Amino acid sequence: MRKIESKDIISRITDLCADANFNLPQDITDCIASYIKNDDSISDKILKEILENAKIASQEKIALCQDTGTANFFVKIGKNVEIVGDDIFCAINKGVAQGYTKYYLRKSIVCDPLDRINTKDNTPANIYCDFTDGNEIEITILTKGGGSENASFLKMLTPLDGWEGIKKFVIESIKLKGANACPPIIVGLGIGGDFASVGLLAKKAILRTIGSKNKKQEYDKKEQELLEEINKLNIGPMGLGGVPTALAVFIETKHCHIASMPVAINIQCHSCRRKTIVL
Amino acid sequence: MKITIEQLLQNTDKYKAGTQIELSGTIYTARDQAHKRLVSLLNNGEKLPVRLKDSCIYYCGPCPNSPDKIIGSCGPTTASRMDVYTPAMLSNGVKIIIGKGKRSKEVVDSIKDNKAIYLIATGGVGALIAQKVKSFKLIAFEDLGPEAIYELVVKDFPLIVAIDCFGNTLFR
Repeated sequence: MRKIESKDIISRITDLCADANFNLPQDITDCIASYIKNDDSISDKILKEILENAKIASQEKIALCQDTGTANFFVKIGKNVEIVGDDIFCAINKGVAQGYTKYYLRKSIVCDPLDRINTKDNTPANIYCDFTDGNEIEITILTKGGGSENASFLKMLTPLDGWEGIKKFVIESIKLKGANACPPIIVGLGIGGDFASVGLLAKKAILRTIGSKNKKQEYDKKEQELLEEINKLNIGPMGLGGVPTALAVFIETKHCHIASMPVAINIQCHSCRRKTIVL
Repeated sequence: MKITIEQLLQNTDKYKAGTQIELSGTIYTARDQAHKRLVSLLNNGEKLPVRLKDSCIYYCGPCPNSPDKIIGSCGPTTASRMDVYTPAMLSNGVKIIIGKGKRSKEVVDSIKDNKAIYLIATGGVGALIAQKVKSFKLIAFEDLGPEAIYELVVKDFPLIVAIDCFGNTLFR
């Protein structure tokens, strides 16, 4: 059994909060750059601002976006690991509190949805743990802003709605709220599971790298098909027309009940702040 | 085109939807909770902590500033959440609003009626916008943290006219 001290997790998480908020992943910047045409269009101006912003954030160590988000963590704990000290939830929350304070990140969490008193250290984080083989802990952070989260939808479709029903739901949802979600967006689509789990499927879909293939070939084709349809909507960067409206569509699926077809659409803005570390 | 708040206030009708500007002058942040409080003060006939007449309101909740910086990341937030309060703000003198995203029909009508203007900044580029801020000061509602009202003096803040004073809108 390999022992990992919780204090080591706390210090790695502290720095991970900053790293994710200061540095836009390369797959995102590469994809945005590929759409620049060097003309005088508004969409070009916006895409260039996004790339310039990424440079400034990384050089100046300043957050890419003022909405430094809800801190989401996806954790895979090897079965041969023993965490000594605080448990994983407590360690991650301590790291978030330290990281958001030390690096001057915005504290965006309120403890109650109605009284709305700020917790002042951006905790609690949303932490999802899975168990796996091996003697390591893999932790992925996704700092998710409120604007794109508010443009997300969940609907209980029925089996006969089929793929056409899903497509219609996605297109209608993006027409309705896409412009407010800081496009170009990434669309995380969860299909299957149940009411509780389909939202998490959609959120996990966002973690994929742009250019990566869906493990199931038939869904890979569906991702491309939806991406093309979304980019025909002409919503464009910041909702002002043109392309791209979306940089990618990622689908995650799961078993479900014979009567059900839950579908969740989790929208990610262009500032897709995710990063993985292994301890 | 580089312009000052004063120039924009004098001639809102000159700046049509789609015009790209770089704005300089004094602006005030206010988002969800600050709007709720301001409109509640207005409804109760109480004194406001900021003068709304001819003011520029920026929908923004900035990051805290580190000791070596004027301000932290400070991009726009989604404007439609403020739609319900915007007509009251405009009829009480606010002339320029800065945010991101679409507005309701009521807001478009109110912009037209009050000869106001809605400008959008690119969302998610708060680090770039922070470079355009020359001073940053708390004005009111400190307990709201990032949602408090702050005064920002900006220089060459890159913006696009999204809804002009005639009610023309850029959104599709």
